[in-house]
Amino acid sequence: MREQSFLKDKLLPISTVVLLLIAVWYVAAAFLNAPFERDTAARAGTEIGFSEIVRNTMAQERPVLPAPHQVVAEIWDTTANKAITSKRSLIYHAWITLSATLLGFGIGAALGVLLAVGIVHNRAMDRSLMPWVIASQTIPILAIAPMIIVVLNAIGIAGLLPKALISTYLSFFPVVVGMVKGLRSPETIQLDLMHTYNASPAQTFWKLRWPSSMPYLFTSLKVAVAISLVGAIVGELPTGAVAGLGARLLAGSYYGQTVQIWAALFMAAALAAVLVMIVGFAHSAVLKRMGAKP
Amino acid sequence: MNIPVFAGAVLFWLAAWAFNEWLVRQHFAHRTAASAARFAVPLLFGITILVLWEGIVRGFGIPSVLLPAPSMIWQRLVNSLPTLAADFRQTFLKAVLTGYALGCGLGFVVAILIDRSPFLQKGLLPLGNFVSALPVIGVAPIMVMWFGFDWQSKVAVVVIMTFFPMLVNTVSGLAAASHMERDLMRTYAATWWQTLVKLRLPAAWPFIFNALKINSTLALIGAIVAEFFGTPIVGMGFRISTEVGRMNVDMVWAEIAVAAVAGSAFYGVVALAERAVTFWHPSVRSGRA
Repeated sequence: MREQSFLKDKLLPISTVVLLLIAVWYVAAAFLNAPFERDTAARAGTEIGFSEIVRNTMAQERPVLPAPHQVVAEIWDTTANKAITSKRSLIYHAWITLSATLLGFGIGAALGVLLAVGIVHNRAMDRSLMPWVIASQTIPILAIAPMIIVVLNAIGIAGLLPKALISTYLSFFPVVVGMVKGLRSPETIQLDLMHTYNASPAQTFWKLRWPSSMPYLFTSLKVAVAISLVGAIVGELPTGAVAGLGARLLAGSYYGQTVQIWAALFMAAALAAVLVMIVGFAHSAVLKRMGAKP
Repeated sequence: MNIPVFAGAVLFWLAAWAFNEWLVRQHFAHRTAASAARFAVPLLFGITILVLWEGIVRGFGIPSVLLPAPSMIWQRLVNSLPTLAADFRQTFLKAVLTGYALGCGLGFVVAILIDRSPFLQKGLLPLGNFVSALPVIGVAPIMVMWFGFDWQSKVAVVVIMTFFPMLVNTVSGLAAASHMERDLMRTYAATWWQTLVKLRLPAAWPFIFNALKINSTLALIGAIVAEFFGTPIVGMGFRISTEVGRMNVDMVWAEIAVAAVAGSAFYGVVALAERAVTFWHPSVRSGRA
């Protein structure tokens, strides 16, 4: 195997594809926004040249597809130029979504691990719960999100918790499935060895099952943290666009503020990327601590 | 408060639990009896949940606005079958199936197209993995704006959601055939096309089916959530969001039940197809024995 070079195998191809995408985006923006410019020109009774159309499509107020630099300008404007406490600051909205995501992810991960431990140690639980855990993954659980929000609002629980509950629900299944697999990953030989050491179930758990489940845990945590962000965003939709990235999306779609939608979308993407990266770093840190070779 | 009903439900729960505990410890001499027992345990658990749910709702007199009893949901489901069928047609048959076929097909085709260019693969694969972790569902309002309120915009959302998992999985699936096997194809003087059809595609099926299974869930979620952003007056997502507003929670649950059955059936069909196509794979073979 040839040594992988960072420049040739990573940076170059990825940046080429990204640049290509941005170029396609610009062309698409010009193409999609052009009809509006032609309409305005026709209504004003003036001829409009090609170069002018292209120039105008890059700076429309409410474009069909905003040009990349418009989105970047909007993100910069709403993050750096607004006070963080302001309702127009994207950081404020991102924080609202992030707090719900993290709370839900925390509860979901803890619950998932506990349930997985129960499933591994109790046969009845395994047989009766596991098929339902798997079946529940095939159910579009996000569909319940608005109902949970509205119902909990009706009995006086509002704010962070309902959204976090949706994130919990979504993030908990990948953790259960991954952890059950991980806690069962020690081979019979290893379990037998623990047996010959006369290890108690607790010792077997902490010294063998738990450490060997770590790779599985972190893999499912990555999925779980991404999906809890989705849960939090969708959870913000039915509350009537109060605050959060989901609310920004909904408000943007109500008022035709496409630039705002794209800015919120990119913020959500950045948030997801950072969260997944943090879990990834924790993963490699834990594996290193356990003495795994990179 | 109706204590006897609640107590009865709890008693049923304890009895079912005890029965399950007993059942999983049994060793059946007969094969069919063993598989029947394996089937009965989760079924009994599901029934127990429903009974407990019914018991709690009736026992504590929980208002149906908060949580309707299963019997009430069932009644509503049976009574409003035409509405549910229309929603199912709009969301599932039109939006989900079209989008699923288009998105998966497109992902597959693009994966084959970039197969000959390692450069593009190296560029697209990390990007695809990255996009898979993003809240793609956020493009829903944009798609509704572009393609209108009807099912076409939902198709677009579903296509975007299903494209990247399919792309990533197909590309890694096409790389799954080992060097030894590929060398053998070379010694046969097989063309790229022959190698693809006879060796690499069959080796890629488990990966492709993995993506198909992931996408079956994603597609339904995408279509339903996209309907929250604007839709004609029919569709599962539309029904859920409006009936929540009108506090007809039993109708919402009926819709969720339909979505759950549709989602599970969809997944089941894909899983069955997987068993038929990848019959040689260890995970399928061990499942049969």
